[in-house]
Amino acid sequence: MIWRLALKVFYRNFLVWKRYYWMSFVEAVGEPILYFVAIGFGLGAVIGEIDGRPYIEFLSPALIATSIMFGSSLETTYGSFTRLKIEKVFQSIAVTPVSLREVIAGEILWGASKGLVSGIVMLLVVGSMGLVHSWMAIGVIPLLVLEALFFSSLGMMMTAYARDYSVFVVYITLGLESMFLFSGTFFPLSSLPAWAQGLAWSLPLTPIVSMARGLFDGAPPWSSAIGLLGIAAATALLVAGSMAKISRRLID
Amino acid sequence: MGYVVEARDLVKRFGSLTAVDHVSFQMGGGECVGFLGPNGAGKTTILRTLYGLARLTSGELSILGFRVPEQMREIKRRIGVVPQETTLDVDLTVMQNLAVYARYFDIPTETARERADELVSRFRLEEKANANLGSLSGGMKRRLLIARALINRPDLLILDEPTTGLDAQSRHLVWSHLEAQRSNGLAILLTTQHMEEAERLCGRILVIDSGRVIAEGSPQSLVREARVANLEQLFLKLTGTELRD
Repeated sequence: MIWRLALKVFYRNFLVWKRYYWMSFVEAVGEPILYFVAIGFGLGAVIGEIDGRPYIEFLSPALIATSIMFGSSLETTYGSFTRLKIEKVFQSIAVTPVSLREVIAGEILWGASKGLVSGIVMLLVVGSMGLVHSWMAIGVIPLLVLEALFFSSLGMMMTAYARDYSVFVVYITLGLESMFLFSGTFFPLSSLPAWAQGLAWSLPLTPIVSMARGLFDGAPPWSSAIGLLGIAAATALLVAGSMAKISRRLID
Repeated sequence: MGYVVEARDLVKRFGSLTAVDHVSFQMGGGECVGFLGPNGAGKTTILRTLYGLARLTSGELSILGFRVPEQMREIKRRIGVVPQETTLDVDLTVMQNLAVYARYFDIPTETARERADELVSRFRLEEKANANLGSLSGGMKRRLLIARALINRPDLLILDEPTTGLDAQSRHLVWSHLEAQRSNGLAILLTTQHMEEAERLCGRILVIDSGRVIAEGSPQSLVREARVANLEQLFLKLTGTELRD
């Protein structure tokens, strides 16, 4: 029931997206492709190989993961908060048979899908360039779905507590940008001192990048699976928590 | 059918503030009932308990035979809500606003289209049917808000200050739409600060102040019994002349 009604909210967002699809598409894949070309090929030519593979192959799975992180997070922070606080979309739907819980479920699904679109386009670009070497890379899709749902619901939790946009600036600049740089994305974590490696492994993006890279190579690091289980559990908590918080916020 | 709304001893507290203080009322089919009161009297809070955006501290409330809050979804299926603030979807066109809203009620796409066409023409929005919301005047937006609330053919229409902020022309247009709805037998519950609105639309008025019902009756009988010239004088006599903002 909840998902059937949540899809109506998803559809509402899709209708709006469709009106500006060209802009949305550039937003979704423009930046990761620029990084892919500039860092992967440009800087990659100077760097040479990392762990026995060309730098571009080291970087590609990480860029797929970061594009999903940003795509999903931006949608359920700035996007959802605008619909909640400025446009009052949540409130207008909450007086119909669709309840607030379903509104939030729909928003989280929508945010996850927007991130996934970025990720899947990047995956196709990377795959078409012959940078994927194992059939196991197919396993990256459920991994990316989990990642998209996690960042989408984490963003929704930020929205649930946000009074204005300033909290998102902090979250994105300090939280997401740190993960973008320090989750084993651009360089192997082994080049960091031991204490910093420990910190990096506490970032949720790290096991995701590590697993994505492993699947591309055909050698998934099962040690990352524990982190992924934690992310799955956190996602469930974040979905429930953001539903509860937003309901308390909007229902007197 | 029994009462459209049956409210017994409704209480809503926010911390130490009692916004709704033991309010009871009933409303029958086809009736138009108005809550008249100064700012902060608790009118909006009463309405919000009816459509599930405020939880009652205590009291019993049933709408169209369904209990609040247990059967809220059944209730929301059968009511139309026009909130005080414009909650239209600014990212969508006029027709899309109606079509998307219809989906929330599981109205089939074809039926929704027919109803949207009919509402757009009834509320004189044809020329703006495919326009963005940004190009609509305040009056048009309010008409669309009312049209949207009718998309599910509700048995009860709830409006929170339906004409606040409108010019005289738009206000009269909204009133004639609501009168037409009322004569079709739709039950209407509204809040207002506008005496003329209350007199023209409402068969029965509940004067609310400090969360309590302080007078109740038809506009004519209220004025007659209080021996005043009009509703405005009655209102000031009952609620005082002190500023409430």
